[in-house]
Amino acid sequence: MKTFVYIDHFKGEVQPASWEAIGLAKNYGTAVALVFGADTDEITKAAFEYGADEVIVVDDAALTDYLAEPYASTLSALAASSSPDLILFPTTARTREMAAMSAVDLSTGVLTDVTGFEMNGDQFVATRPIYEGKLLEKTVCSGKPVMATIRGRVFPKPARESGKTGTLTKGVAKTDTLSTAHGYSAAESAVNLGDAAVIVSGGRGVSNNPSLTPPAGMDEKQAEVWRAQQGFALITDLAVLLGGAVGASRAAVDGGYITYAHQVGQTGKVVTPDLYIACGISGAIQHLVGMRNAKVIVAINKDADAPVFKQARYGVVGDLFAIVPALTEAMKKKMGK
Amino acid sequence: MKIIACIKQVPDSEAKVKTEGGQVSWGDAPLVINPFDEYAVEGALQQKEASGGTVTALCVGGESAKDALKHALAMGADDAVLVSDAALNDIDTVGAARVLAAAINKIGGADMVIFGRQTLDNGAGLTPAQTARIIGWPMLGLAGQIKVDAGSVSVERVLEEGRQTVSAKMPVVLSVVQSIGEPRYPSFMGIRKASKATIPVWSLADINTAAPAPVITRTELTTPPAQEKEVEMITGESAADIADKLADKILAEKVL
Repeated sequence: MKTFVYIDHFKGEVQPASWEAIGLAKNYGTAVALVFGADTDEITKAAFEYGADEVIVVDDAALTDYLAEPYASTLSALAASSSPDLILFPTTARTREMAAMSAVDLSTGVLTDVTGFEMNGDQFVATRPIYEGKLLEKTVCSGKPVMATIRGRVFPKPARESGKTGTLTKGVAKTDTLSTAHGYSAAESAVNLGDAAVIVSGGRGVSNNPSLTPPAGMDEKQAEVWRAQQGFALITDLAVLLGGAVGASRAAVDGGYITYAHQVGQTGKVVTPDLYIACGISGAIQHLVGMRNAKVIVAINKDADAPVFKQARYGVVGDLFAIVPALTEAMKKKMGK
Repeated sequence: MKIIACIKQVPDSEAKVKTEGGQVSWGDAPLVINPFDEYAVEGALQQKEASGGTVTALCVGGESAKDALKHALAMGADDAVLVSDAALNDIDTVGAARVLAAAINKIGGADMVIFGRQTLDNGAGLTPAQTARIIGWPMLGLAGQIKVDAGSVSVERVLEEGRQTVSAKMPVVLSVVQSIGEPRYPSFMGIRKASKATIPVWSLADINTAAPAPVITRTELTTPPAQEKEVEMITGESAADIADKLADKILAEKVL
């Protein structure tokens, strides 16, 4: 059995779930990693060290910036010529697009955001959450290859074996494209909520600290945003200490306190960290669906009736401006940092 | 400019979705326009306001989906089309894309076809790119901002790592995200207009296509195991005292 594993990266930064996909692929035979882009030597080396038996590198200046069409066409051509049984991807914005298109080219289907994967006879069966995680479905794909994007932090990450190598093959880029990339503006801070083991999130409550006096000359809205930013600074301190990422509710994003990239919930990201600390988030259902599968949820809120407490393992009714910095201090001491 | 906004009808987010005889059931919870698709309609209306033209809302679904289309009409869409056929009950995302592509052709094409990022029910988020691939138009996905200039569309894609600017010549397929702007509320006039609208219903025969055979099939449906949701409230004399107790609890969970 041969599996293609698409290694998704952004300017050389690999999505860790790509390595988890290599681990999964090895259960079924040969794992062939696909590395697209330009200057990809480091990624190729890592792919071997995480267990790929073979790496197909398509190193082409035309693939420097990700674009859905040439990436999908390149993948389709490789799959058509070497007939893998299965193609695995980490679930990202990029892979959803290129897998979607390749599935059309190859007359097959894509199982997205997969959280369970097994073989039943000669058929792959994927488990995936639907209806915002309210239900789980098992699905099969009758096309070949079966294509699946796996959710991060679900499948075990293989140990990295330094110096390990394998067969290196050069692939050819299909560079036909209908669209043109004009470059990136980087996010203010890199946010990778999907891979974070710890997320500390803030909601509308982070602006609610009347004891703070904003600098003179601010109007009411500016003062609100300023207060919220002081609140998010406390949240960031805790997140950094715990090696985690900063999340936010939609109310905080809509209020202009923090950028959309941080948003957890229905119209933001669905996250499954080991620890989720919700600060000043009341817990609208649209937020809860994005975080309720975290292993441990801690809620800090002034309002004892806030719905977020119904999802939490631990709750504190109190002022986040007092509790969050105190928690940072306590954790610092206990973790010996 | 001719703009098509593709929408779907889904159970409301508040719905208690469960399995019943191996099928999805949402009780008597209301069906609504997919929340992500409200952004698609909003984006379409913004483009119409900027460049002139018409907005057609397009939906594949059952008879009830007319209500979702009426929501789009009430927001300001000019007309609406429902593709409904008993043969479409089990379609997968590629199948939906084939049907949409056929319907777009039947409408007579467009300059821009706009989708929401994903649906609330299946959540795969594949249909926009698959529709683009089938119809052979460029795909500009996850747009947070759309600019039209001399037959070209330029978008800012909102990705985890930042914003990527991508452009293409029209006609194009787009998917939009929340940054496009808050969907407008239906106006009183809009609601009145929508309530009187007659929405054409097309069968597969009407759009000259056969029912696509599903490649992906569901073999089992389950409710995820209920999680331990008994909350333990931490109280104390002071913030420091509470924080100390909470820190111990967190460390005892061994998740760090």
